[in-house]
Parts: sequence; structure tokens; C-alpha cells
Amino acid sequence: MAAPARNHVWVGTETGILKGINLQKRQAINYTDVGSLTKGQEVTAMCWGDPQESEVFLGCGDGTVRVFSNEKSKFTEIHECRGGEGTFKGLAVVDNALVTCVESGLLKVWKAGEFDSLEVQVGAGIEKMRQCETQNQRFGTGGKENDLKIWDLERPEEPVFRAKNLRNDWLDLRVPVWIKDLGFIPGSEKIVTCTGHHQVRIYDPSSPQRRPVLEVLYEEDPLTALSITPDGRSVIVGNSHGNMAVIDLRKGRLLCALKGSAGSIRSIQCHSSMPIVASCGLDRFLRIHNYENKELQHKVYLKSRLNCLLLTSRDKWEEDDVTSAAEQDVKEEEDEVWDNMETVVDKTSKKRQGVQIRALEAGTKNPTRKKKKCA
Amino acid sequence: MAENGPQAKKQKKMKNKPEVEETDVAEAAGPSAEQPQAAQFPPTFSLSEIKNKQRRQFMFMRLKQEKRKEKLALRKKRKKERAALGDKAPPKPVPKTIENQRVYDETTVDPADEEVALDEAIDEFAPYFNKQTTPKILITTSDRPRGRTVRFTEQLSSVIPNSDVYYRRGLALKKVIPQCISRDYTDLIIINEDRKVPNGLVFCHLPDGPTAHFKMSNVRLRKEMKRKGKEPTEHKPEVILNNFTTRLGHSIGRMFASLYPHDPQFTGRQVATFHNQRDYIFFRYHRYIFKSEKKVGIQELGPRFTLKLRSLQKGTFDSKYGEYEWVHKRHEMDTSRRKFHL
Repeated sequence: MAAPARNHVWVGTETGILKGINLQKRQAINYTDVGSLTKGQEVTAMCWGDPQESEVFLGCGDGTVRVFSNEKSKFTEIHECRGGEGTFKGLAVVDNALVTCVESGLLKVWKAGEFDSLEVQVGAGIEKMRQCETQNQRFGTGGKENDLKIWDLERPEEPVFRAKNLRNDWLDLRVPVWIKDLGFIPGSEKIVTCTGHHQVRIYDPSSPQRRPVLEVLYEEDPLTALSITPDGRSVIVGNSHGNMAVIDLRKGRLLCALKGSAGSIRSIQCHSSMPIVASCGLDRFLRIHNYENKELQHKVYLKSRLNCLLLTSRDKWEEDDVTSAAEQDVKEEEDEVWDNMETVVDKTSKKRQGVQIRALEAGTKNPTRKKKKCA
Repeated sequence: MAENGPQAKKQKKMKNKPEVEETDVAEAAGPSAEQPQAAQFPPTFSLSEIKNKQRRQFMFMRLKQEKRKEKLALRKKRKKERAALGDKAPPKPVPKTIENQRVYDETTVDPADEEVALDEAIDEFAPYFNKQTTPKILITTSDRPRGRTVRFTEQLSSVIPNSDVYYRRGLALKKVIPQCISRDYTDLIIINEDRKVPNGLVFCHLPDGPTAHFKMSNVRLRKEMKRKGKEPTEHKPEVILNNFTTRLGHSIGRMFASLYPHDPQFTGRQVATFHNQRDYIFFRYHRYIFKSEKKVGIQELGPRFTLKLRSLQKGTFDSKYGEYEWVHKRHEMDTSRRKFHL
């Protein structure tokens, strides 16, 4: 256990357990002692402690934030982060300060050693608080009857951007607001939200329009989670019936549906470079889809209802796992095998080589073999 | 005649025997011996090619008879072999059914699993299983129920102790639920009806869920049953939950268990059974009697019905904004006949 945990996905459950899943080895480990848990300790928010992803912060239902160290593979600190009412709806780290947001709308910044922390009232009924990946001083909040607001911690008095509700509908009735999740589009100012009334909306703070610039409806059940793909062109949304879909953000077209879930989806996260998306929810399964070919790549049963997940941003999962897993003598044997193979490659005709080169240019999916040869 | 009889039989037997031997020989000789017989017909001959209907019928009848005879002979032979082997006989092969060929479900609960135990210790049914609450059930129907559904609710309330039947009065469920909670009901059962046939059941655990939605079929009221016993008594029955093995099945089983009080009155000798088979849940209500030390007699009291789970929703009834823990998606999930969810 002392060795650093090389897990691909971290999942927080409704029972309060932190699970690490290694997809290559196909194993899931509980990092929380099952016997010590009681009711009301569910994990409601998670975030990385630093960009190297060596620490995982867990927002628990009892108002504490637990810090799990990846290297030591155990819990190192427990912060008491009480204030406001309700469970954590968002958790983030800004230059060594912890930012929490609870349901009643109290956004707090906890700095190490300082007692009087910065507090921002963002309005009641918060469902989600998210940090902007590029400008990590910025936060988006939204919830039930609490439209999207973007806050800058440099100027916490007023929100930087405050969304305006849609015009009244054709019966001249007010359109209800219920933001369930939001996300910042990388490489632009825009923000995507999904609502309990099955809308996906895009807001553009850089334009004078405070109303959404695009609205897409997806099925008829409340949307519960979203994640934006790394290229910023599409968004993956999940709803309370366990349907998941990729929606194009430029025209609002439905690109494809990712099937397999049986229950409400609680959390979705895309990988930062590969076309891979992880999702978890009430049906107790963690699923990894490839959103380019809609394939279900992994499906792991994790025994408890899953609330939130973190997907590592490491590239080339297979590679580092192969090197870590393979033992020395096995490696030598493999080297021999590879040597043999090289001779075969040399013998191949020019045509084939051309094909290989082309394949490499296109970015082969499995570069392990190449790497091996170099080593 | 009396003397003749056995002789004739013997003769018949004699007649039969050579035939059997012949076939045996044919079998032993292998395909080469059979070929001349088969050569009488063209290679792809079937009886349906005979054009004369009477002849065809006759031939078909004879074929059937022959097949049956063969089958019986084979069975007899096997039985004899078994008898000859005595104790050393190999165990009888288990017939293949789609249940025992079931696709392995990874969510099957291991009773020693700590994590599931924890999950169940803090779920919504924990107060019942810790004996902190006693079940109190409200039974109602969809709007304007007709005769059969009304009678069904009455009979249902007679097999669930501490339950009340109320007329729906056109009330919305979301208004009924808070009232139920304030009156300390622990469960709410709603029977849905379509054209006088009860066809759905919504089962909502109070105060904070979950809600299960079932399809209901084959409702048999007491009056429609044959060989039924006398009306059930007011004793608290025992409960049998059969075959709820997966994680989802466990949740559903716990839900049904929480309908009945903890301490059954054994003097009543009544049992309520929820038997799950191929994802259909069969409800039966029996009275039993120990006739002797070995024999038990049972008598069905009714009503009986079959349930099939459609969805399990977290929280109290909220079909629009509720979060579903499990939804049955036919085209995605029913890919194999041997895959079951409960």
C-alpha cells in the first residue's frame, strides 16, 4: 500500500468511500475504511489538490474536507470547513487556498493558517460550483432559481457575469431556472450549463448579450451532469434516466448517444487529451466510453452508489502501466522478442513501410511497441 | 385362453426381440449396414413429398409411432442400465433451463461483503430493519377505480397487516405523500388500472423513498381461485423472499420485507411469498398445516398476482424530476434471454 497509487479514476461514493480504479489491472481499491463510516458522510465533491494530481480533496457530507495523498496512498489531513447549510456543491484549489461552496450559497476561501476567510454569498439553492481551468480565480455558480453567475476572487463583491433569464414563454409565463451543472469551454470565454428542464445552454460573457446564445433540448428528463470535450467543440451530458449524449456546441446538434447506463448519471468527466469519457451514477457502475466511436471500453461494478469522479489527465495509460507492471526479467525476454521482430520489419517491402509511416503520422493509438524498442 | 395369453405374449416378445437385435446389429455395424435401407428413397426424401393425402397421413402416423417406440425403448434401456449399476450409477444430468444457464451478473451480492452491508445499514430501510419503525401502509388506486380493482385493494389490505385502503379522490400523489408522512405511514401502494384490469403498481417507501414502479399482471382475486381456503385471519403472516440475489434484487427484496411487521404470529400459520423467477415476482398467500412430522399441507388464500420491475427511483414519487436508480431499458438490456436483473 505504501507504493504510490497509480489509479486512472478516483470515485467518491454515497456511502463515503473513496475508491481508486486501475483500469489496466482491472482492480478497484477502497481507500476508506468501510467499518468506520456512518450515515451522512457521503462524498459530494472532489477535486485535485495540485496540477500534478498527487492529492485528492474530498468534500464529505459532514462538512469536512479530507485530503488523500496519492504518494502515501492514505488520508493525510482533515479540514473542518463548516459554514452555511447543506452539503458541498463544489470544491476547488486556488494557489494553496481551498474554495468550498455549499448548498445554501456560501462560497468560502480557506487559506492555510488564516482564520478570517473570504466569504461570498452567491445565492441560495446552489447545485454546482465550478472553477475555470484557465483562469483559476474564476468560479461559476448556479442552482435552483439561481441563474448562472461568474465570480472573480479578486473582486468578490459583485459577480463578473450574471446571466439573464430567458424571455417569458408564449403564455407570458416566467421560464423556471434550474442549473444542474456547468462548465467553462477551454479556449474561449463561453460557458455551458445544463438544467433540470433538459436544456443545454451556452452563455457568452464577452458579448453584450446576457441571455444564452444557444439553447439545445436533450430528451425529456432532467440533465444531471456535463463535461466539455478537450477540443471545446462538444459537450457530453447525462440525465436522470441514465441517457448520455454528445452534443455539438457550434450548431447544437446531437452527435451521438453513449449507451449502457441504467440509472441516473451523477458525474461525467472527459480525458484531457484522449477521446475518452468516464461517467458514474446511481446504478453503481463506472463506465468509460470512447466518444468518437461510441464504444463502451470499461465497465466496473463498484458496489455503492457513486457521486463524483476524477479522471486522471495522464496520457498514455497503457504505457506507464506496462512499464510499472512488467518485471525486469520479463522485460529482457520481451526485448529479445522485439529484436526478432525488428528483423522482420526490415525485411518487409517498401510498400508496407510506407503504410507504417503513414500510420505513425496519423498518430497510432498504441505507441507502446515503438517506445519499447527505444528502451 | 388363459394359457394361451402368456404364450402369445412370449411370442410377441420373441418377435420383438429379434427386431431389437437387428437394430442393435445395424447400429453396431455402423453406417455401411444402414445404407442399403436408406437407398430405397431418394436422398432428400421427406414425407411431405407424398402427394396422396391419405397415404401421407398414414405414413406420418407410422413415423410418429416408430419414433415414440424408439424413444421409449431408449428410456427403458437407460433405466435398466441405471438399475444394473445400482449405487454406482452416474448422477442424472440436470436439465438445461434459462435460469441455470443464467448470464453471470457481477452485482450478485456476497453475504459477507462489508461494503454492501454498510450500504444497506445506512439506506432508507435501515430504520425498519433496526426495529425502530413498524410498517403502516396506505393502499390507494388510480382515479375512479372500477369493481375489480376496488376488490383487489380490499383483498390486498387483508393480506398486509396494518394497512388502510383509501379512495383516491382525484388527488395528486405529490399532495398525498406529505399527508401520509405526517400521519406516519411508512409505505404507499398505488394500484393502477386500465380498462378495469389492474396493470400497474407503484410502491413508495416513506418518508424518503425509494419508489419502485412495477408492471402488474395475472391478478387473480379470491373468488376466481380454485381450491382456496377460508378468508385469511388477522394474524401477522410470515414472509418468504425468494431469489433476490443481485444488488438491485436486494433493494427490492428489502422493500417488500419492510411491508410486514417483524414478529409474525405463528399461530396464524399464514405465509406471504414473494418469489422471483426470471425477473418476474410472484406473490402468493398461503396457510400451511403440519399434517405429520414429515408432511405439510398448504392451502392458497389469495389474492395472487405477478409483478415485473420497471424502474426504481430514488426519493419519493416524482416521475418527472426524480433521479432513477435503475430503469428497465428494453432494447438495451434485454439482449439475452438468459440475463436477469433481480
